[in-house]
Amino acid sequence: MSLPDTDDLPGLRRDMLRFASLQLRDDQLAEDVVQEAMMAALDARQDFAGRSALKTWVFSILRNKIVDAMRQRTRSINVSALAPEEEALDQTFETLFKANAHWTPEARPSDWGDPEAALHQEQFWAVFEACLKHLPDNTARVFMMREFLEFDTDEVCKELRISISNCHVILHRARNGLRRCLEGTWFGEGEKTC
Amino acid sequence: MLSCKDVTHLLSERQDRKLTLSERLSLEMHLAMCQGCSNFKKQMGFLRTACRRYTERVSGDEARKE
Repeated sequence: MSLPDTDDLPGLRRDMLRFASLQLRDDQLAEDVVQEAMMAALDARQDFAGRSALKTWVFSILRNKIVDAMRQRTRSINVSALAPEEEALDQTFETLFKANAHWTPEARPSDWGDPEAALHQEQFWAVFEACLKHLPDNTARVFMMREFLEFDTDEVCKELRISISNCHVILHRARNGLRRCLEGTWFGEGEKTC
Repeated sequence: MLSCKDVTHLLSERQDRKLTLSERLSLEMHLAMCQGCSNFKKQMGFLRTACRRYTERVSGDEARKE
């Protein structure tokens, strides 16, 4: 009763858990979702037929399970509600600008040089993950649905029952938060010119 | 004339919706003059690339090179 070519099941499970808990921000729910995805993969293993790598296939099942969980979730939580963390992030954002809404000299976004080089460094990914975890929960959920599960913004709004303008506000908050976190922890001060 | 704050919103939204022609024109004008916002624009692009790459890495979607 095993999946074909399952050479590293514990490793696969670990990666799935990491991905699911980052997205769902709830370890128990992530466990359940991974369990469900694994069972679904076992049930459907005759469909697998080696069209893609096993891991890719199992992850596509996992993504669907995550989306289902998010849908159910949003019946009980209000994704657009502002937690203190979201408010703090918005307040920090406001401090980046002068009264005329242009950057203060200290807050002006810096030149990251050749950031793509970081993508080859193992350590960068640890920082990236830490920055994602650092985002407020609901902000992160919306952002990850958009960027990691690659939903259209319209779909994100529909699934999470939020207005399109609110969706834009949340995504902007997430991107700016993530950008600031990476600038502070990885890309350093860089050059500031304007 | 757009402020830098407005520009950050447009630069985020252009990843999610098609900007109108007038939005694009005012954006380009601002970017031509403001290094801070030009850096912000590159950072937004990089974030998207990093998110895609992250998903590929964790889901084994890319051929193992390393």
